[in-house]
Amino acid sequence: MIPHGGTEGSVDQETAAIDFIQARFPTAVLAVAESSGQKWIEVARDQIVPVLTALRDEQGWDMLMDLTAVDYLGMETPERFQMVYQLYSLARNSYFRVKCWVPESDPTVDTLTHVWKAAPWAEREVWDMYGIRFNGNNDLRRILTPFSYEGHPLRKDYPLQGRGERNQFPRYEK
Amino acid sequence: MGLENWSPEGALTTRVEELLNWGRANSLWPMPFGVACCAIEMMGTLSSRYDLSRFGAEAIRFSPRQSDLMIVSGRISLKMLPVLQKIWEQMPEPKWCISMGACASCGGIFDTYAMIQGIDRFVPVDVYIPGCPPRPESLIDAVIKIQELVKLERLDSHA
Ligand code: SF4
Repeated sequence: MIPHGGTEGSVDQETAAIDFIQARFPTAVLAVAESSGQKWIEVARDQIVPVLTALRDEQGWDMLMDLTAVDYLGMETPERFQMVYQLYSLARNSYFRVKCWVPESDPTVDTLTHVWKAAPWAEREVWDMYGIRFNGNNDLRRILTPFSYEGHPLRKDYPLQGRGERNQFPRYEK
Repeated sequence: MGLENWSPEGALTTRVEELLNWGRANSLWPMPFGVACCAIEMMGTLSSRYDLSRFGAEAIRFSPRQSDLMIVSGRISLKMLPVLQKIWEQMPEPKWCISMGACASCGGIFDTYAMIQGIDRFVPVDVYIPGCPPRPESLIDAVIKIQELVKLERLDSHA
């Protein structure tokens, strides 16, 4: 069994995945990087679904562990938001990370609804928390905050204590 | 019981109010609103080691319509507060509320957009328990304080 998380065997598999994407989608690769012994790849936003589908169908990265976003507000990054896709191979017990940048002016990404059944709810969470829309996800309702909530609280410019939502309830007397 | 010696006729007099309150105070039926770590202490209080049934309050009801003491143990989020209020409304009068732990009482360490900063802003609380989490002894103490409150009830309190 290959232990997961930054081991040599894991890095080999990450390298193989990166080589595969570079050969198969040469124009999609924006960057390859490594940190804490884990390699990942940044791909173009419009290629994210084909890249992930190919990783699943041809490279055995069969499970979408997680799909989330990061807000790099005020940092020197290509765009404000970044989508992070965490893949897992059940057969090899190893992880691989794919990222893509999402601009603030057009915070949309194509949905993975038709690729993984795990995707729709994770996408709802990203929509709820970061306000990134997923083209093709027809059920993009809020999932953590109440449906009536306004704003996307994990955006870095959202005030930590909210905008008074937590005080707007009727008061019950005895 | 020796009662027959003390009262050979087999009768004693009291006030209806007092009899009702005595019965109520010693048979509280809690509605456990356990939503976080404090609920674990509440469960501990109810089970054999601390044994809340010694105080007559072990008949935990998961139906608000059958209970008269709401124990809010845990943090209440924006999304949970309407549920809490609905359950509070469904409990028949007379009813009491314990706010258990720092989170329920004031938001605790969670001073964020998602958290209610003290349930007493939106539902009436009778007894607060400090602590994170409070020990079972504190909850027992709170139940005893509720019993004292119950004994102050008047027949016309909820007319
Ligand atoms: S007061 Fe402490 S133990 Fe109780 S719900 Fe809050 S964090 Fe958990």
